[in-house]
Amino acid sequence: MASPQPRIGVVTYPGSQDDRDALWALAALDAEAVAVWHDERELPDLDAVVVPGGFSYGDYLRCGAIARFSPATAAVLEFAAAGGLVLGICNGFQILCEAGLLPGALVRNESLRFVCRDVRLTVERDDLPFTGRCSAGQQLVLPVKHGDGRYLPPPDLDPTQVVLRYVDNPNGSVEDIAGVCNEAGNVMGLMPHPEHAVDPLLGSDDGALLLASLVDAARDRVLAAI
Amino acid sequence: MKATVLVRPKPGILDPQGEAVGSALGHLGFEVRDARVGKVIDLEVEATDAAAAKAQVEQMCERLLANPLIESYEVEIVGESAA
Repeated sequence: MASPQPRIGVVTYPGSQDDRDALWALAALDAEAVAVWHDERELPDLDAVVVPGGFSYGDYLRCGAIARFSPATAAVLEFAAAGGLVLGICNGFQILCEAGLLPGALVRNESLRFVCRDVRLTVERDDLPFTGRCSAGQQLVLPVKHGDGRYLPPPDLDPTQVVLRYVDNPNGSVEDIAGVCNEAGNVMGLMPHPEHAVDPLLGSDDGALLLASLVDAARDRVLAAI
Repeated sequence: MKATVLVRPKPGILDPQGEAVGSALGHLGFEVRDARVGKVIDLEVEATDAAAAKAQVEQMCERLLANPLIESYEVEIVGESAA
């Protein structure tokens, strides 16, 4: 029997811009990528959800602050509370922090400049559904493109929740933190863009390691349910 | 009721925007020891009295207008709405 294709949703908000790249990358990595519109109160039947990058609601008030209250975000929160796999990328990371699904906040880059370049990252955790194809200590090259990417952890952040750190910190993030997970490990957010790095032609295919890990984990859940 | 909300970066939170503004003021010849940049939100709300309006706007701050991890807020009731 052919291995089943997991269904992974990608939420599109007004102002999302990386939703199509995320859909394309997931499909290229053998998932069934499902577009989810921001005003859907219920998610379709999904095995994982990606909250993509962009500038949802114009980044008004604070990045992610308004998207946090959209109907699809409420559905994503329920999905995560039930143990569902959720990955937030860039603006998606900001939305998940605003929603309280992930600890901390993302604020203006220390330099006040928008940064758009490849960065090197170190993988801290390889035991998560998002990093199964990586190994701890491994370095990845992924692009960043953001003006508000400086991560501020809460004072009581458990250091084991740090998943990725910058080797050369592009935004002033505290303790070089580039990606974190929730306590349960089923929700992760990161500022760099794995969906823009899934083919050597794009400069790096290291993003495929993270996204294919998610596809693997989502597929395992499908198999476990059969 | 008219209300004004002041949202400020919390003390101790690095405010690069404030630093940039402070240094620009320095270039203009002003002696600025510290500058912090926040935001002002003016609201008109339906409420029977100032206390009720304040309670309502504080709820808005807690839920949306400020992020308690990085920002503090102050609510000022500035008067009746124009009829």
